[in-house]
Amino acid sequence: MSTVDTHAGHSDTHHHDHHGPEKGWRRWLLATNHKDIGTMYLLFSLTMFFVGGLMALVIRAELFQPGLQLVNPQFFNSMTTMHALVMIFGAVMPAFVGLANWMIPLQIGAPDMALPRMNNFSFWILPFSFTLLLSTLFVEGGAPASGWTLYPPLSLQTGNAFPLSIFAIHLMGASSIMGAINVIVTIMNMRAPGMTLLKMPLFAWTWLITAYLLIAVMPVLAGAVTMLLTDHYFGTSFFSAAGGGDPVMYQHIFWFFGHPEVYIMILPAFGVISEIIPTFARKRLFGYDAMVYATASIAFLSFIVWAHHMFTVGMPLAGQMFFMLATMLIAVPTGVKVFNWTATIYKGSLSFEPPMLFALAFVFLFTIGGFSGLMLAIVPADFQYHDTYFVVAHFHYVLVPGAVFALMAGVYYWLPKWTGHMYNMTLAKWHFWLSAIFVNVLFFPQHFLGLAGMPRRIPDYNTQFADWNMISSIGAFGFGLSQLLFAVVIFQAIRGGAKATDKVWDSAAPHGLEWTLSSPPPYHSFEVAPEVK
Amino acid sequence: MAHADTTHAPSDKYYVPHSSPWPIVGSLALFTTVSGAAMLINDSSAGSIVFPLGLVLLAIMFAGWFGNVIKESESRLYNAAVDRSFRMGMMWFIFSEVMFFAAFFGALWYARQYSVPWLGGEGVKIFTKELLWPQYEASWPTNGPEQLGGEFGVIPAFGLPAINTAILLTSGVTITIAHHALKAGNRTVLNIFLALTFLLGFLFVYLQAHEYIEAYQHLNLTLGSGIYGSTFFMLTGFHGFHVTVGAIMLVVIWLRCVRGHFTPTHHFAFEGVAWYWHFVDVVWLGLFIFVYWL
Repeated sequence: MSTVDTHAGHSDTHHHDHHGPEKGWRRWLLATNHKDIGTMYLLFSLTMFFVGGLMALVIRAELFQPGLQLVNPQFFNSMTTMHALVMIFGAVMPAFVGLANWMIPLQIGAPDMALPRMNNFSFWILPFSFTLLLSTLFVEGGAPASGWTLYPPLSLQTGNAFPLSIFAIHLMGASSIMGAINVIVTIMNMRAPGMTLLKMPLFAWTWLITAYLLIAVMPVLAGAVTMLLTDHYFGTSFFSAAGGGDPVMYQHIFWFFGHPEVYIMILPAFGVISEIIPTFARKRLFGYDAMVYATASIAFLSFIVWAHHMFTVGMPLAGQMFFMLATMLIAVPTGVKVFNWTATIYKGSLSFEPPMLFALAFVFLFTIGGFSGLMLAIVPADFQYHDTYFVVAHFHYVLVPGAVFALMAGVYYWLPKWTGHMYNMTLAKWHFWLSAIFVNVLFFPQHFLGLAGMPRRIPDYNTQFADWNMISSIGAFGFGLSQLLFAVVIFQAIRGGAKATDKVWDSAAPHGLEWTLSSPPPYHSFEVAPEVK
Repeated sequence: MAHADTTHAPSDKYYVPHSSPWPIVGSLALFTTVSGAAMLINDSSAGSIVFPLGLVLLAIMFAGWFGNVIKESESRLYNAAVDRSFRMGMMWFIFSEVMFFAAFFGALWYARQYSVPWLGGEGVKIFTKELLWPQYEASWPTNGPEQLGGEFGVIPAFGLPAINTAILLTSGVTITIAHHALKAGNRTVLNIFLALTFLLGFLFVYLQAHEYIEAYQHLNLTLGSGIYGSTFFMLTGFHGFHVTVGAIMLVVIWLRCVRGHFTPTHHFAFEGVAWYWHFVDVVWLGLFIFVYWL
């Protein structure tokens, strides 16, 4: 990566535009400022993180012991379905869009996002669409309970919640597409002079590639759920064998969206980690170019591996072989990334502030999730693991100590830049250690449960699974309660604290234009484009 | 908000609007529309009020938002960089639309390539046929082994659909002539050929409606006619909807042309609509080949 050498003076705050932020509610409802919109995205996602977390705790409370204790099976299934939809579309994706909103214009030296009004539109759609989705908890027939994948024919048995949840998904998709268009246009059109693509910080790079994935697959999800809707209410037979369709066709279309979707949730995480590790290792990122190409390779491969989610549906042998081998190929670029992070740490002058702690835990724990993914990619092995808790353990390892830890690392990394205040380091470290311990107590035993044959999405189970389930549930409550510390640290930093310097981190290394601006940055960041050497 | 000041040349500063009511109005409009649609689907009578209300709000939002943008554009607030942003934005929006259609084309391909032959017992799927529907012979078009919706006929490709193809292709030519006229500063030709373009668009929609009536009333080809009816109506239906939207966009652009908007060098809105129009044209060619013809 070439140095981003900016001179003081570009960050000066002389405004040509004398407008400050609007007063009161108008600032937020009518927002066009990328920082305000980024803040709304992040706070919305934090709220959804707790809503989805509560649903997870309902699940783990019911699974604390065998037998049916707290909720009926239908509601239990609603919880697994809603937990996933809320966490994916409400917590993780908006959080990354929030980071993108805040950081991409700062990192590339732009005055704002390229399409500021559409930026606001893509945010404000979300609270409305989650109102729709969450309202299904109270309608006749209950919330959707077919799993977030909404496989027919099961999902077609959903009651009045069905059109509400389908339309909610349409709106979330529209929001994501608009957000992605904004990211692409901002990066391709708004970079400061001299900021060539291969000088861009990796967070911007990974988001650029993620945005292409979003535009390519969110419309496909919209198509898939539209077919569900018409199959349910308007007499079409896309997924009905009686009419010449096929329920498996839904799975193909869904996972054509679904697999790129999981990379949509992890590629920006890779970007965040690639920013943080060099800062706290006080070294340049090892293999910048390789990181970019690896990200692009992962994105490309994500389009040709979808059927590994459905090895057990009975697809032709050639299909199984192709999807198995293509899937295993993803380990190569991912391995490049893990190698490069490790090589960046190697002989670095490390310090262990909260962002670095989360980043290191990410590298280690995400890799565990990657390895279990490799196991699942093997067709004959997958026949055993499919729909067991092993799968649950796998994707929670890549999503919780993976994507979510990267988000927390990113928040702890940039929070002083956003608020202008240093946060409570001690409390943040407590948050880290409690999270890192409990997340393993929570998810590691699920590997054993899955390998022993415990199926996913069931409210009751054989007594042989009792011990590990109890441990997992204890981990869940420990992890959930630890997250309250996260909220406390954030709100304390918003209210006040020691003044953060422009560079924030006591490191020679923090790269990127964001550190040339004051903390917090002026309302309109780069009205005069900085020169990047 | 924009301070209209036509005496200024396009600024070299990237225009960032200060604040805008339209996104939140749009979010509320979408919420109202889909809530109303869900109520209608769930047989709740409130839907017949909420759904149209949502559509009205949507229309207000579009008029307000685009009106705002048009005013800013005519005030020369947009420099070359803003223009590039709009172009890229439109391009990627059209790409997302392509992917939406890809889902339905994919369903058509999957049905013809896999699900229907498999139901007919092809390859390793022989037991599907033997156990479920031994009498079913795979063919296309089909409404499946249970003959959903009963016997039906199909619209022959070289009747109305071929005429519609000619209409859309011609409209692609007329909009190109209009574009060249705009660039040459020939406003009369521009206005005439742009009007011709949207008239051809509406003619297409009219003939498509005619075709639907024919299908429902005489051929017994309906949305419920198995996988053929499903793919036929969903693909042509979404396409027809896009043509309608595109034609409305053309009308808006035409009204702007008539009022003297756009210059030979500054006319992104015209080009954006033209791209969109070519996009619906290309989708139609796919439909003509894969839905009607082959």
